[in-house]
Amino acid sequence: MWERIRALIIKELLAILRDPRGRMVIIVPPILQLFVFSFAATLEVKNADIVVLNRDSGKWGYELIQRIDGAPTFRQLVRTNDERTLHDLIDRQEVIAAVEIGPTFSRDIEARRSGDVQIILDGRRSNASQIVSGYLTQIITTMSADLSTPKQMASSVTVVPRYWFNPNLTFIWFTVPSLVAIIALLIGLIVTALSVARERELGTFDQLMVSPLRTHEILIGKLTPPMMIGLFHITLYVLAAIFIFDIPLRGSLLLLYGSAVFYLASVVGIGLFISSLSMTQQQAILGAFVFMVPAVLLSGFATPIENMPEWLQPVTIVNPLRYFLVVVKGVFLKDIPLSEVIHNTVPLALIALCTLTASAWLFRSRLE
Amino acid sequence: MSNGGSGRARRLAALVRKETYQVIRDPSSILIAFVLPLILLFLFGYGVSLDATRTRIGVAVETMTPLTQDLAASFMASRYFEVRQGHDRREFEDALVVGEVRGIVVIPSTFASDFAAHNHPQVQVIVDGTDPNTANFVQNYAQGVVATWMRQRASETPKETAGITVEQRFWFNPELTSRYFLVPGSIAIVMTLIGTLLTALVVAREWERGTMEAMMATPVTAVELLAGKIIPYFILAMASMTLCVLVAVFIFGVPFRGSILALYAISTAFLLPALGQGLLISAATKNQFLASQLALLSAFLPAFLLSGFLFEIGSMPTIIQWISAIVPARYLIPSLQTVFLAGDIWPLFLKNIAILLLAGAVFLGLAARSTRKRLG
Repeated sequence: MWERIRALIIKELLAILRDPRGRMVIIVPPILQLFVFSFAATLEVKNADIVVLNRDSGKWGYELIQRIDGAPTFRQLVRTNDERTLHDLIDRQEVIAAVEIGPTFSRDIEARRSGDVQIILDGRRSNASQIVSGYLTQIITTMSADLSTPKQMASSVTVVPRYWFNPNLTFIWFTVPSLVAIIALLIGLIVTALSVARERELGTFDQLMVSPLRTHEILIGKLTPPMMIGLFHITLYVLAAIFIFDIPLRGSLLLLYGSAVFYLASVVGIGLFISSLSMTQQQAILGAFVFMVPAVLLSGFATPIENMPEWLQPVTIVNPLRYFLVVVKGVFLKDIPLSEVIHNTVPLALIALCTLTASAWLFRSRLE
Repeated sequence: MSNGGSGRARRLAALVRKETYQVIRDPSSILIAFVLPLILLFLFGYGVSLDATRTRIGVAVETMTPLTQDLAASFMASRYFEVRQGHDRREFEDALVVGEVRGIVVIPSTFASDFAAHNHPQVQVIVDGTDPNTANFVQNYAQGVVATWMRQRASETPKETAGITVEQRFWFNPELTSRYFLVPGSIAIVMTLIGTLLTALVVAREWERGTMEAMMATPVTAVELLAGKIIPYFILAMASMTLCVLVAVFIFGVPFRGSILALYAISTAFLLPALGQGLLISAATKNQFLASQLALLSAFLPAFLLSGFLFEIGSMPTIIQWISAIVPARYLIPSLQTVFLAGDIWPLFLKNIAILLLAGAVFLGLAARSTRKRLG
């Protein structure tokens, strides 16, 4: 039996890797993706342009502009005296925010009253503008604190932040481990979904079914090559994460790989399931897509699952990415305990079991 | 040759008809054109929210006094947090490791005495840094809770105030509903899917099967052949876009402040490079697997990641900013967000439309060239 399975695995690997262009597509794009998207997927805001309208002629308005200009976040500070220009610049998205300093700003501060500053932000990009607003408020709060008397300063409460596991909130420490899981999903799903669909389109699948191979042997033969490709990519990314991106590996690689095997089995199981439902390659690719997009969006990568509406959260239970993201990020950054890895791996094993059983059943019933 | 013109029109009509049947008969194109867009819209409308609401945190009050109890109560009253209260940060450390809480607010035992003695009272916020975005939100909101609490205490004991008051206004989206900019952005993703991925796949299949070469042997010219492919998918993408806009406005309540004319003008300009890219990919690969991978890599993922949809282009490294300049979705997304939320701002639209038309001419030209080359 193992002889037969081995022959099938070799045949499957050849089918994927024989064509030089196919080989390239399996290897080059995932690596490109890792580099481009690791650097692109950042929610930090840098190099933002803002416009300043200073109606104040005193020194405090000038002081505030100097402080904003000195902040590294902002690339260009456009000065204007005209409300109309300010509107146009925001409308055309040439700046993300506008700071308007009131005419009595310096006078108010000298008189120990409160000076007025207005910040206008582009709500079309509400996430970025919220972050910019945070930076601007920070600058203004600092200046405000510098203006207050020592007694006031001593009595105000300071909030001291500590970032555990990622002391400088380096974004790439979050993106690269997450991409390990996401790219393994993309590649594993497409390779598997196509393998059966291609054979079905060519008519060789029926030949496979009438060969001495049993259904579970075919399943193992179809399952193993994409898992090997998936493990190859995971290894590549883990190496890149450690040696190129300098991401600390605090937990055990053994746990990561142990969990990765079940993750890939569940991904391949879903791929085979989609494959067994499709009649053509086109349907298989598009079907894989229809699964992939929601899987990435509902994984906790872009936004935490607990922020989703409560009725939507149960849907994420069948999403393998959700569990493996916890494991990858956890092993890399937090050294999560074994119990937590198991807690996130059992669902993966269950997903693999269900999808593989379902596809075995579908293969058999489709033939009759 | 006298009826060359009408012959051409007839041939084109026949091609369009054939292609249309193919679209309608294959359930997977309907899946991509109408089902997936609705799923996407739905997910961005309800599921993906960048606003951190009800984040779970632990508040450790090391010494109970009326003052520390009052501050802890402010955290509990905040609509951004779901608070578990304790007396020691160690109670929450394991929960932070496994992600059950996103942060721990520590009100130290010296807080009450420092506060009374004006001796720089401190509150510590420990945040899970593995998700920097959430970490930032937690830290900012915690800061906000403390600031509000201080203001309330100050108003009870009035004194002179010097300083600066900041008034903030978010234009176009005053409530900062992330749905309002995510839904228009996801329409751009949908159009990329239909324009590039679906077109690349369908045409690659024809190359794979040799029906494309068979067509070449007929009097149909390469340009007619391409036009015959473009027209049905153009209509399909427009229909899908219209459906998405209706759902966005009537179901998700996203405001639509611009004009229908602007909407269709931008969408038309976008579909030219999108379709051109799809045709070029299919002609260059002539293989469905390769075409799908290339479309994924060069169109779908960039539309998501390099378009300014979720991530600010200005914050990316310079090389990646250059790469993003050739992503058509980059020009569509701000235009769609503007036509929905801000209204008709023609200087912005015209600039983007001009770039898209130029990109469209380049992609379609290359697609026509690589299709014609096969004949020789």
